[in-house]
Amino acid sequence: MDSRKARRIAYQAAAVAVAVLCAGYLIHNTVANLEDRHIASGFSFLAREAGFEIGESAFLRYSAADSYSRALVVGVVNTLTVSLIGIVTATALGSAVGLFRLSKNFLLRTLAGGYVEFIRNSPLLVQLFFWYAVITEVLPHPRAALEPLPGWFLTNRGIFFPVPGSAPVLEGFNFTGGMALSPEFATLLVGVSVYTAAFIAEIVRAGVLAIGRSQWDAAHALGLTRRQALRHVVLPQALRVIVPPMAGQYLNLTKNSSLAVAIGYPDLVSIANTTINQTGQAIEGITLIMAVYLTISLSISALMNWYNARVARR
Amino acid sequence: MRWLRENLFGGWASSTATIFLLFILWKALPPLVDWAFLDAVWRPDAKACRAASGACWGFIAEKHRFILFGTYPYDEHWRPAAASVLLIGLWIVSALRSFWRWWLALVWLAGLAVIGLLMWGGGLGLPYVENERWGGLILTLLLTTFGIAAAFPLAIALALARRSSMPLIQALAVGFIELVRGVPLISLLFMASVMLPLFLPQGMSIDKLLRAQIAMILFAAAYLAEVVRGGLQAIPKHQYEAADALGLSYFQKTFSVVLPQALRISVPPLVNSFIAFLKDTSLVVVIGLFDLLSTVKVALNEPAWTGFGVEAYVFAAAVYFAFCFSMSLYSRGLERR
Repeated sequence: MDSRKARRIAYQAAAVAVAVLCAGYLIHNTVANLEDRHIASGFSFLAREAGFEIGESAFLRYSAADSYSRALVVGVVNTLTVSLIGIVTATALGSAVGLFRLSKNFLLRTLAGGYVEFIRNSPLLVQLFFWYAVITEVLPHPRAALEPLPGWFLTNRGIFFPVPGSAPVLEGFNFTGGMALSPEFATLLVGVSVYTAAFIAEIVRAGVLAIGRSQWDAAHALGLTRRQALRHVVLPQALRVIVPPMAGQYLNLTKNSSLAVAIGYPDLVSIANTTINQTGQAIEGITLIMAVYLTISLSISALMNWYNARVARR
Repeated sequence: MRWLRENLFGGWASSTATIFLLFILWKALPPLVDWAFLDAVWRPDAKACRAASGACWGFIAEKHRFILFGTYPYDEHWRPAAASVLLIGLWIVSALRSFWRWWLALVWLAGLAVIGLLMWGGGLGLPYVENERWGGLILTLLLTTFGIAAAFPLAIALALARRSSMPLIQALAVGFIELVRGVPLISLLFMASVMLPLFLPQGMSIDKLLRAQIAMILFAAAYLAEVVRGGLQAIPKHQYEAADALGLSYFQKTFSVVLPQALRISVPPLVNSFIAFLKDTSLVVVIGLFDLLSTVKVALNEPAWTGFGVEAYVFAAAVYFAFCFSMSLYSRGLERR
């Protein structure tokens, strides 16, 4: 028994030693390389003036005279904005498609199935480029805007729709008033929503299928109405199956929003990338990106664990 | 008639949906068919494309060689073509259960050696082509293949470490897996392209392709490790106990009893991870490698052919779809068995 214990300690010590040696070697090389290339290190650059414009900022005021830290905060807010709206639209679309796949209606079932297969089997980046081409090449310019709903305008300059108290009107070559989504934001939102919805649809379908017919029958036998059966018997069980993979998809959507950099929407990764190019401080920039995403990941898992514990208790 | 009543008109809600969908299809399909086929231009003629109201498939006709083979020397295109066919052949052979034998590894080694010879050349009368000029479909396939091949042993080690009873080893594995899974692939690719050169001793450098490949391998290893761990967890406890009762050591127990069973049941989810990985290789466009998606994007940059993005990306999606969908059908076939 003692020799086993000694061996366990030896293995672990060896593993940690290898990890520490590797890390030490890499750090040693990096320090030497940084000195050689005269690259500064540390986060003092954050207070300096950024000097670049940002295409759009969801809520915060920003100008090129602001600091790098403010630019990066704008990036974080933009990432969170597109992710949160994307999560809502993807959940709505995905749940509908998932239920359609279980429909008795042949046409509905087949179309929903085709949607899921097509979307899941091609890369998100290709789909983003596709949507961007659709918006900027296929949609007409503002003077010939498409108006699918009264007051809603689709143009190659973006999507315009009314909000209470303000409606978009054509002024010169573009619309003013109302709410406007830039082509980049619209592309990213449509892209990640449509993509994630296909995965959510499969989760919802599996969740509903996991609850057997017998559960409904048993609820009816107890004299519960259909509504009560759904509320107290079926939904709690289905949610227990659906919630963990759903949280994983929300996390994927947030991480996938970083593809914004490829179409020019100023999310965190895109702004950090500009910062890296200007300051040369790659290590700090990438550390910041990873820290923000890790925080988001850990928060979503913590939220999910809390919710799971609550659902399990009922 | 009965089929119609049950599948299209079962109740008023279903009938409404059917009528609504038929109306939409009736409105949307004819223009779509006009655009994609009847009014489309198939000749590689940019002027005719701009004049027509339909799709410009002429773009694909004109650029297909560049899209599939990138900047590989034009006269040598048969080499990446042959390498692609060989690589796809290796994948198909590996998918058949009767070939799941130890000598399959030798077949792969031989196949990859031939592919290396075809792509690099430098012998047997083939001129040398440096890997900066590799591009298009073969680059996507090679990134996927080598990514999975190198990530797989690493993934098994990580999964075993995560299931280990030794707290420090477990902590190292959990730390790596959660760190990599918690951040977007793009940040790993940026890290590889700008930070990896800093990690190396002075005077040493590695090319862009290898840097991207390393990031893809670490990324794939973390995800595959979780799939393998799922398989390990599904092995019933009595298998471990039986192996212990036989007096097997940890390594005998793991490699002759537990792992073979765990990997066998993990095949369908592994194939799904491979699909995700093949799709994810498209992200190398962001750090400037010439994979299938990048060549499509570059082909669109030529002034004569700008503005045909929709056709170009439909084509790119179709190529990816052909690979991913066949893998997905295969994985479903395995699950059903």
